[in-house]
Amino acid sequence: MSQHAPVTPVSTYVNIFVALLVLTGLTYVVATFDFGLLNTPIALAVAILKAALVIVYFMGVRYNTPLTKVVVISGFCWLLIMFGLTLNDYLTRAWIGVAGR
Amino acid sequence: MQGTVSAHDGGHDAHAHNPNLQHHFYSMEQQLEASTLGMWLFLVTEVMFFGGMFLAYLIYRVIYPEAWILGSNHLNVAMGALNTGVLICSSLTMALAVRAAQTSNRGAQIRYLLLTMAFGSVFLIVKYFEYAEKFEHHLVPGRHFDMTLPQAGQQQLFFSIYFMMTGIHAIHMIVGLGLMLVILTMAWRGRFSASYYTPIEMSGLYWHFVDIVWIFLFPLLYLLGAHYSAH
Repeated sequence: MSQHAPVTPVSTYVNIFVALLVLTGLTYVVATFDFGLLNTPIALAVAILKAALVIVYFMGVRYNTPLTKVVVISGFCWLLIMFGLTLNDYLTRAWIGVAGR
Repeated sequence: MQGTVSAHDGGHDAHAHNPNLQHHFYSMEQQLEASTLGMWLFLVTEVMFFGGMFLAYLIYRVIYPEAWILGSNHLNVAMGALNTGVLICSSLTMALAVRAAQTSNRGAQIRYLLLTMAFGSVFLIVKYFEYAEKFEHHLVPGRHFDMTLPQAGQQQLFFSIYFMMTGIHAIHMIVGLGLMLVILTMAWRGRFSASYYTPIEMSGLYWHFVDIVWIFLFPLLYLLGAHYSAH
């Protein structure tokens, strides 16, 4: 499709570039404050936002076909399943007495 | 079966034939869609590949939180931040190189590809100095690891994961530079224009993906203990 998709103006790419640099600075500044358990979720939220900007604008997924979009999104869903089910195991091991521990 | 060599099937006759259109595709649009889908399927396998390492990182971090902070404080935040900026610059020039292909601007394609490769090389050079520093400070897992450190065994685990993740990321950068060399040669020969730019766009997807991996590696490896060392 993107062979006929509109060519993204340079200004869009530069804006995304500036946003990515600002968010990198934000990641660093946030890390120098102690938010306790929240430090990592904040850092991850900023990283996910940065990744989304790269995927949607630099990688041009917004001009791709619905099929490609589904593949992209489902890829990250599989990642979440892997993380979710593994942590479901590791984080709950201390909750109950397990034989042999 | 004689005389069927030049047989055309439906669709091809209707269009002026782009020499870059493979015979098994109906149109240039379909060909690009298939390439994009295939490239993303490959990138999804890469997401899962790096995902496994991020998971190992996370599990051991949950088990040994202090060792992860101690280990993170040995990493050079300035160099990590510099490399994050360098990779973001390279992603911008990569996106502009693809745009130059879409606008049939051969000179700009070559310029931006060279800039992308330059930024990629700077990243690897900074990484070289970082690794050298780790060797000098006995922070490389193995028999020369500094066992006088607090929680040395567990910090060693942190550094094993650090070297595995950043090392495989660096290998991806080297592969990306090789890929860019091929694309640069094609751009030099004027292979890309508004009617056909699939290879440069697909290589760009790979390059951006490697950038995304670093976007996650930087805060998770370098910034864990920043609020302790800052004061």
